[in-house]
Amino acid sequence: MSMKRRTVLKGLLATGASVAAVKAPYVQAQPAPIRIGFLLVKTGPLASGGLQMEQGFLTYLKDRNNTIAGRRVELTVSDTTGNPAVCRTKMQELVERFNVHVVLGPLAAFEALAIDDLIRQYRMPTLALAGAEDLTQRKANPWFTRPGATSAQPSHAIADFTFKDLGARRAATTADDFAFGHENVAGFQRVFEDLGGRVVQKLWPPLNAPDYGTYLSALKPNLDAFYIGQAGSNGLKIVRQIAEYGLKGKFKLVGGFTPIDESLIQQIGEDGMGAYTGNWYSAELEFPENRKFVELMNRDYKVDPGVYAATCYLFGEVLEAAVKAAAGNVEDKETFQKAIRGVKLTNSIRGPCHFDEFGNVVGNIYIRQVQKRGNKYVNAVIKTYPNVSQFWTYNKDEFLKNPVYSRDWPPARYLEK
Amino acid sequence: MQFWIVQTLNSVAFGALLFLLSSGFSLAFGLMRIPNLAHGAFFMLGAYLGATVVYFGGNFWLAVLAAGLGVGLVGIALERFILRPLAGNIQGQVLVTLGVAFIIADVCLLLWTGDPWTVPAPPSLRPPLLLGGFAFPTYRLVVVAIALVAAVVLYVLMERTRLGAMIRAGVDDMEMARGVGIPVSLLFTIVFLLGAVLAGAAGAFGGPILNAYPGLDADMLPLALIVVILGGAGSLLGAFVGSFVVGFLYNFGIALFPDLAYFILFLPMVLVLVFVPQGLFGRALP
Repeated sequence: MSMKRRTVLKGLLATGASVAAVKAPYVQAQPAPIRIGFLLVKTGPLASGGLQMEQGFLTYLKDRNNTIAGRRVELTVSDTTGNPAVCRTKMQELVERFNVHVVLGPLAAFEALAIDDLIRQYRMPTLALAGAEDLTQRKANPWFTRPGATSAQPSHAIADFTFKDLGARRAATTADDFAFGHENVAGFQRVFEDLGGRVVQKLWPPLNAPDYGTYLSALKPNLDAFYIGQAGSNGLKIVRQIAEYGLKGKFKLVGGFTPIDESLIQQIGEDGMGAYTGNWYSAELEFPENRKFVELMNRDYKVDPGVYAATCYLFGEVLEAAVKAAAGNVEDKETFQKAIRGVKLTNSIRGPCHFDEFGNVVGNIYIRQVQKRGNKYVNAVIKTYPNVSQFWTYNKDEFLKNPVYSRDWPPARYLEK
Repeated sequence: MQFWIVQTLNSVAFGALLFLLSSGFSLAFGLMRIPNLAHGAFFMLGAYLGATVVYFGGNFWLAVLAAGLGVGLVGIALERFILRPLAGNIQGQVLVTLGVAFIIADVCLLLWTGDPWTVPAPPSLRPPLLLGGFAFPTYRLVVVAIALVAAVVLYVLMERTRLGAMIRAGVDDMEMARGVGIPVSLLFTIVFLLGAVLAGAAGAFGGPILNAYPGLDADMLPLALIVVILGGAGSLLGAFVGSFVVGFLYNFGIALFPDLAYFILFLPMVLVLVFVPQGLFGRALP
């Protein structure tokens, strides 16, 4: 039976249908199912992240026999195509046509921003992957909860590590030239410079730059560290080209939570060896739930889960705890939302975590290093920063008085011409 | 100094790749009067086919061959079964190539998933070439050499063979060419095939530099369009000069004025369109 269902799930994946309802084949004697809407990018350049998100959540559902806290799940997957306008339409469709109880996703910051007002208007409990800082800061949305991380949450930790443990003082940064990249680098720069380091160069290749050769040839000499914040396949591209231009070993290569993802690490291979990244997750984490998750992903999809897949498995864990806390009453939005915000996981795939008053996660940030185990490359965890909030060690009120992280804030004082 | 040398080499290498991509595009555009908007998708398909052959243990050069032939087949099919029935309907032909581009892109996503496929350069070309204190990727220099060889071969084909003469006649004046008995519709197929093979091979050559990923088609097509608008449709020399001009503008634009990179890239295109609409080396199309 379960074999058969797996085939069905895979078939749905393969067809790439824009709307697919996954239903359990055996209906238990239960009232109405929990209806979950899933906003995914399944076409275009962001599709690889979307596919992994789907794999992560389906892995969770399969492991729980397609139920959450005893209630059957009816999942509706919508393809936003990575386009904010389409994302709005799909959000409306999920709520008004499919009457979902909770929405998962979206992937990209600009998608999350595009449906911000819809989430409020529908008062729809939403678990999001998108990093957009202000949705849990200055413009906090009471229905929006983020179990993964803000764009810069792991950047703070890797900056601390780069300065204190690697002893770097002079660094350059690069990331994709869009909101996520700006916020991601800003967090690194702020902590690194507050400790006494200097960011002497910031490179912003466009999201669809075909080639980084030009940027890498323009790197300043005598760098102690080079921070990369590229997302998706761009992480692979830049790490590989750093090696091709003979720059590997000329500085410590450090990065945020996107560039050296488990989904790409085998392809990055030798070129990434020794690189340090800060992330709230690693497929290497020893928590029992994570060992199970990694094993299931390897069984069904032949890959280690990366951060996109992990986020969506974590969605499942958060939902499970929230549905239990709300005694199954997902129909009452206020109760359900309160239950989500009140979730405290002690044994999730990322370890212990809970949410702050803005709905953003507080949990461990891990420093990982690319190492080789047998003939497989892994992100080995070499240091843990426990209980990291989105505000790092800064005072929350001070933090919120500053402008949101951007390309121009904090100002880069040490840039060399 | 090193900065200028490396950036110049970068520009030349990127220009070389662009020439492989856009030479066939330009010839087909000049002859058939329509831009094949599926050309970027051909490039991407070539990159995926090449990556797949390498993935299954094939030799890199075999991968290039397979990509060229595979995409060539798609090209013939597109020309014979889709464009031919729409002969004379230029608008319809352009739109249908755009539709085919979307179809190829979606099929690629289905077959190769959303994850990028990386193609390692041949092992012997992987270590960077050390030139007096600075390093440059060896593979890129090889791509330059290949583009130069391709340029010479295409030049000989176009200027020194009967086939080339017929193609040039078709580009210059199709009515007259038909009138003197040149089988223009057969030329269409040949040139379209040539363009597709070149695009597929270029995709395979581009693999180690750009990777194969969803969206590669949309990244490359505008560059091919700029090259052809600058150089003039149907002109081999135009494609050659245009490719390297775009290569230099792109690289130095990014290196020196990163915020204006795309502006610098597209500005010459606008100027050329305003002042020399047929392109630097092109003939005004009737």
